[in-house]
Amino acid sequence: MTSRREFIKITALGVGAIAAGTGMYKAGRFFALPDKPGKVDPDLTRTPTYCEVCFWKCAGWVYKNPEGRIWKITGNEEDQHCNGRFCPRGTGGVGMYYDGDRLKNPLIRVEERGKQVFREASWDEALEHVAGKMKNIASKYGPESIALFTHGSGSANFTTLVKAFGSGNIAEPSYAQCRGPRDEAFFATFGEEVYSPEVTDIRDTKCLVLIGSHIGENMHNGQIQEMSDAIDKGTTIITVDPRFSTAAGKSKYWLPIKPSTDLALLLSWTHEIIYNEYYDRKYVEKYCTGFDKLKEHVKDFTPEWAYGITTLKPDLIRKTAREMANASPAVLVHPGRHVTWYGDDTQRIRAIAILNALLGSWGRRGGFYRPAKFSLAQPDIPKFSEPARLAQDLFPGKYPVASSAVSNALIDATIPENNPGYPIKGWIVNATNLLSTIPNIPNTLKAIQNLDLLVAVDTMPMEITGWADVVLPECTYLERYDALRVAPHRKPAIALRMPAAEPMNNSKPGYWITRELSKKLGLASYFPFEKQEDLLDWQLKKAGTSLEEMKKSGVKTFEREQDDLYFAEDENVVFPTDSGKIELYSGYFEQLGFDPLPKYYPHEEPPEGFYRLIYGRAPMHTFGRTTNNPNLADLMDENCVWVNPKVANEWGLKTDQLVWLKNQDDAVTDFPVKVRVTERIRWDSVYIVHGFGHTGKQLSRAYGKGASDTRLITRVLVDPVMGGTGMRGNFVTFLTREPGKEVAS
Amino acid sequence: MRYAMAVDTKKCVGCSDCVVACQTENNVPIGFCRDWVVETMAGSYPQLEIEIRSERCNHCANAPCVRCCPTGASHFDTGGIILVKQNKCIGCGACIASCPYDARYPHPDGYVDKCTFCVQRIRNGMPPACAAVCPTKCIYFGDLDDPNSDVSLVLKKRKFKTLIPEAGTDPKLYFLI
Repeated sequence: MTSRREFIKITALGVGAIAAGTGMYKAGRFFALPDKPGKVDPDLTRTPTYCEVCFWKCAGWVYKNPEGRIWKITGNEEDQHCNGRFCPRGTGGVGMYYDGDRLKNPLIRVEERGKQVFREASWDEALEHVAGKMKNIASKYGPESIALFTHGSGSANFTTLVKAFGSGNIAEPSYAQCRGPRDEAFFATFGEEVYSPEVTDIRDTKCLVLIGSHIGENMHNGQIQEMSDAIDKGTTIITVDPRFSTAAGKSKYWLPIKPSTDLALLLSWTHEIIYNEYYDRKYVEKYCTGFDKLKEHVKDFTPEWAYGITTLKPDLIRKTAREMANASPAVLVHPGRHVTWYGDDTQRIRAIAILNALLGSWGRRGGFYRPAKFSLAQPDIPKFSEPARLAQDLFPGKYPVASSAVSNALIDATIPENNPGYPIKGWIVNATNLLSTIPNIPNTLKAIQNLDLLVAVDTMPMEITGWADVVLPECTYLERYDALRVAPHRKPAIALRMPAAEPMNNSKPGYWITRELSKKLGLASYFPFEKQEDLLDWQLKKAGTSLEEMKKSGVKTFEREQDDLYFAEDENVVFPTDSGKIELYSGYFEQLGFDPLPKYYPHEEPPEGFYRLIYGRAPMHTFGRTTNNPNLADLMDENCVWVNPKVANEWGLKTDQLVWLKNQDDAVTDFPVKVRVTERIRWDSVYIVHGFGHTGKQLSRAYGKGASDTRLITRVLVDPVMGGTGMRGNFVTFLTREPGKEVAS
Repeated sequence: MRYAMAVDTKKCVGCSDCVVACQTENNVPIGFCRDWVVETMAGSYPQLEIEIRSERCNHCANAPCVRCCPTGASHFDTGGIILVKQNKCIGCGACIASCPYDARYPHPDGYVDKCTFCVQRIRNGMPPACAAVCPTKCIYFGDLDDPNSDVSLVLKKRKFKTLIPEAGTDPKLYFLI
């Protein structure tokens, strides 16, 4: 592409086939005739799946109506992730299939009369085009100049392809934009991560501590179910949040902390637990190293010290520390999931890990259990050759602890002046809308201008597809096989996803896309099975079952090899850390020049007239991916900005009034957003739900609805330890008139 | 037999799963719903309380909607469930106006629609879709005349309330508080 890459609207390329949206819902009210209640038809076909609306991947059943069309999705009773109950997003997953705005055909960017447009192409032509460009980039710059950004179940296929091609630049935004700091902090402390679903034993905990983790608004299914059981049992819940979250509403203690000061609270709790001898002495002596240094380190971090920082009353800090101690070891200081907040996130989560270690909760009932995972046979494929040049060469010396590629660093490195290494010239973007995921949108758009190739693989015309050279329409999870789900849990298990319907329009499964592309790149030996289901059947037979059997059960759960869900009494545990112990003091961090024990550093505060922008989740949406889903948009079609009444009063704001938000760098929301005046938010902050304010007009339900937090996150606080993008250091103010129109009006 | 439902406001997180599960189960057109979520808040920062309720037709024993229906479309079915005969309903909206809970909506196909406690499911021994799906297990359903039903057991154990008791409708939708 010689001329500057422009955003292209994907116009509705009607291939006929499916009427969008509501048409189907009117059809076949065959069960709901109350005066003539129908029998539930035992012959109704149901097919197993595991959900792709979020990362929890609950296993369920897709039912079809007598007309043979997808009707509803319910949970699989045998599945540990969901116990037969799907969350709203999983239940509303049908909307992903029926969404009339879906991508329909492969598209190639062409220039016609000086204007860039998309032209429909056959799959063969589109993939030939991609392969040709990839080969050109490889011969000119080397195969490492191709980077992959990927999310979700289809990642395995694209990762294999890009590795086989010779590049290790494979990044999942779920790392550096989400859980990365947590994983690294737990690695550094216990030598192990907390996995997904997290190995949190909420089911049996006596005290659950949530720090900015709004379970119930984030709909992490297994956790919400276990938290609800815990409420039934009268479990003590302690919630730390500047916002009165749903979880705070269910808690015995709500600590309305001043944002950005969580680390001070954690250090103060640590102080209380050590100096009152609340900690599990036997556990600490047997399993931990560095206790004396920790004790000395937290000596001065009294509740009074923390009060001045967090605004939490010393008495409340003391009481909650005692609650944790009383429940020990059945206490769970939750590690959170989306933890990229302030750029010192690895250190904050280290403090959480340390607190859990002191309370003896790691490996104990009611704390963190030991996961078990089914190990699948893998087919023989050629060994991947080591890339000659690594991701780290793009940002030498930075983020030494990062165990995965850092997506934001790859994006930065695509801009030549940032990059002392080799050029990045091609992006393959699979199932992630980088313009909503990665903060500092202008930077991402700048990076895109340096590419020779941008391939976007998606089911929906997300904003990133408008910047692509080639758009490849993947079918939804309801229309495809995917890799078997073997995520670790209390028991090892396998879950199957199979298609409930043929791919709509001209969309194709990721496996097919990557295999066809591999043929054109001379890499077909990395995809030895013609179809994904052939691979699954081969793997399942090795596992003592078969595809046919799994089609009937959906899930197969195995017993653990050993009865070791928790540490046995006096078990000699060797932790996979350098010392073989739980490292309260991290020698590893010290060697790399990072604080070996977490320290509190004050963060910048909002200037006069500005408020800290906090964002979070709504239970019926997953990021920006679901806001156009007809079923889920029906539950919530826009976000609103939460404003404390004191602030509203000062600005004369009323509930439902439209405002624009402007941040410290003059970035303004693309659309106005409704005000929600509520006591549930502190006066120094405002809150919006992430994933709204889509700018792509082809997203007919989501376009222009609400405000995008990503648009307002231009200041990114990068975690020097692992590269995570801290996104809560932005401050916003209100514009009550449409920006640019102030003068005229 | 008296069917009833109890919703635990202490567990409900207001996720709206009950709403979307009902919509898909019963083919409720997008833009309409038979159940919905209400959230109320009291207090001021930081002394706050919220109550979250999944609401729907109260299947009242003394039902104004049945009384006012000019065609007999709205009627009591087995177990006190209130149903609407679609072919008898003329869509006049009298029931919508009479319902103190605003539980009914005009279906685009010309009749009035509302929660049926998923009668097609309960007759086949399955709980209503909302109760079956709820991730917090906050919805209890069963027969008040059976002392061992889920709903009887939980009402025995817990404090509860009904909405707008002053309307005198004898509702069968209880909220655990």
